[in-house]
Amino acid sequence: MSAPAIRLKQVVKTFGPITAVDGLDLEVPTGICLGLLGPNGAGKSTTMRLLTGQAIADSGSIDVLGHSLPSDGKRARAEMGVVPQLDNLDVDVTVEENLAVFARLYRVADVPDAVDRALELARLTDRRRDRVDELSGGMRRRLLLARGLVHEPRLVLLDEPTVGLDPQIRTQLWSLIDELRGQGVTILMSTHYIEEAERLADEVAVMTAGSIIARGRPADLVLEHAGRETAEIYAAPAALAEHRERAEAAGLRVRPAGPAIAVMGAERATDGLIPESAVRRAASLEDVFVLLTGEEAE
Amino acid sequence: MSEAEQTAVAEPQRIHVRRLDPAAIGAVMSREVANFKTFWKGTTFSSVLEPIVYLLAFGLGLGATIVGDVGGVPYVQFVGTGMVATAVIFSSVLPAMFGTFVKHHFQRTYDAILATPVDVEELVTAEMLWIGLRAGFYGSAPLLVTIGFGLDPAWGMLLVPVFAFVTACGFAAFGITVAASAEKIDQFNYVTTLAVTPLFLVAGTFFPIDGLPEGLQTLANLNPLYHLVELVRGGAFGFETVDIFHFGFLLVMALGMWRLAISRMQKRLID
Repeated sequence: MSAPAIRLKQVVKTFGPITAVDGLDLEVPTGICLGLLGPNGAGKSTTMRLLTGQAIADSGSIDVLGHSLPSDGKRARAEMGVVPQLDNLDVDVTVEENLAVFARLYRVADVPDAVDRALELARLTDRRRDRVDELSGGMRRRLLLARGLVHEPRLVLLDEPTVGLDPQIRTQLWSLIDELRGQGVTILMSTHYIEEAERLADEVAVMTAGSIIARGRPADLVLEHAGRETAEIYAAPAALAEHRERAEAAGLRVRPAGPAIAVMGAERATDGLIPESAVRRAASLEDVFVLLTGEEAE
Repeated sequence: MSEAEQTAVAEPQRIHVRRLDPAAIGAVMSREVANFKTFWKGTTFSSVLEPIVYLLAFGLGLGATIVGDVGGVPYVQFVGTGMVATAVIFSSVLPAMFGTFVKHHFQRTYDAILATPVDVEELVTAEMLWIGLRAGFYGSAPLLVTIGFGLDPAWGMLLVPVFAFVTACGFAAFGITVAASAEKIDQFNYVTTLAVTPLFLVAGTFFPIDGLPEGLQTLANLNPLYHLVELVRGGAFGFETVDIFHFGFLLVMALGMWRLAISRMQKRLID
């Protein structure tokens, strides 16, 4: 069995009085896509910065692709690609110049070839000579992804890759990320979109308050924490409180779901516990997320 | 995952990692070049035109009416050779301050670069060298203009771009240091008013500093621009032994500011 692509052991990172990462233990096996799922402020972005050497841990150890960080960070970064949350492309220069600069930064031997390959991957070959500010939002996002892949990295860090994008563009990006998975590239993807994690990740780690509180395959996590079926009960607030009390007394887990409550493990409910009017559906990762983090998900 | 798919992953890229890797510095500079190609016309226009305006106003205006010559040098040539220092400071400190701040805070360019095998030392060095090269080039423009106003070309002038480059590197590093220390872009006004303007006024560009009170003369001797002005005039009118000291001063200033800029940017960019 090969060594994990990423290994963090008891990593702590504080910013003044705030502990952003709190004793984090995380291993990402080679060749999988791990979704790091957590609410805003959970420590996902700090974890990403720790992995790129842009933040130094106060304590603990970090190994990336066999390189110890921060001492051997440059070697690690040469073998990984990073797709940031924010668009930081050079907007005044052309698509191909953006890629060529990063090919040089990654010390790629054949820059024109790498640029051609990245353009093809991002499906931007016919826009190669256009300035970035002439591209649509979706094209820019694809370029950002291609920029992080211009040197054919073994490991890719995706920091909220589709945040703020409309559904069509999000789907385009998911296809590209899925292609990467198919090629055996190891992916660590931070996200707070449940659907994104469900669709792309082989495994999901739920992070909150700087540490991992649950980890597993999405289906396993759902089964373990939310059972097979969830019942959403819609009623007046007083009635909802009553339903909640009865469900919890029966050992079922309940979470708020907007104007309703969601009773998880509804398949185990005794007769009469769930009203006929409740909407029954398959339990989801969102149920697990909200249950574990106490946060509403998107 | 199938074995075929597993093998689709590229072989690990082993790069030669060392401090101040020329490939890393060159790559960062290539980004600057790519961007510069989009705005070089405006920069070149202002960098060349500004000294001409100063020369016309001070050299010809003052020279024709109030000051005939300084130590036997026609005033227009005295100012023209001094204007090199003015061009150097304005084309190094200001782009370094504003450019660094914008790239860090607004464009997030440094986040992208530091996610590649480039470290802060290489990043700052590349930024400084690029601004130094540009300012070395533009800083020499006033000398060419002054030749048009009757200054005789001299072999020593060929060294002026080198002097301008070294000085510009120092001031670029100073600008980067300021940007790394500032919380808001408005704070640059203090630096411009309290540092840049006095430095350019008391550099011996418009009047010889030996006419100043003794205390101010001592301060002027600590002004890198004064040493640059002396070197440029040495190049134009003949070097003296003391010019070695002037060049040494500029080298030490550039090296000191370079290390300071790296230290400040390290604190700013790495959490």
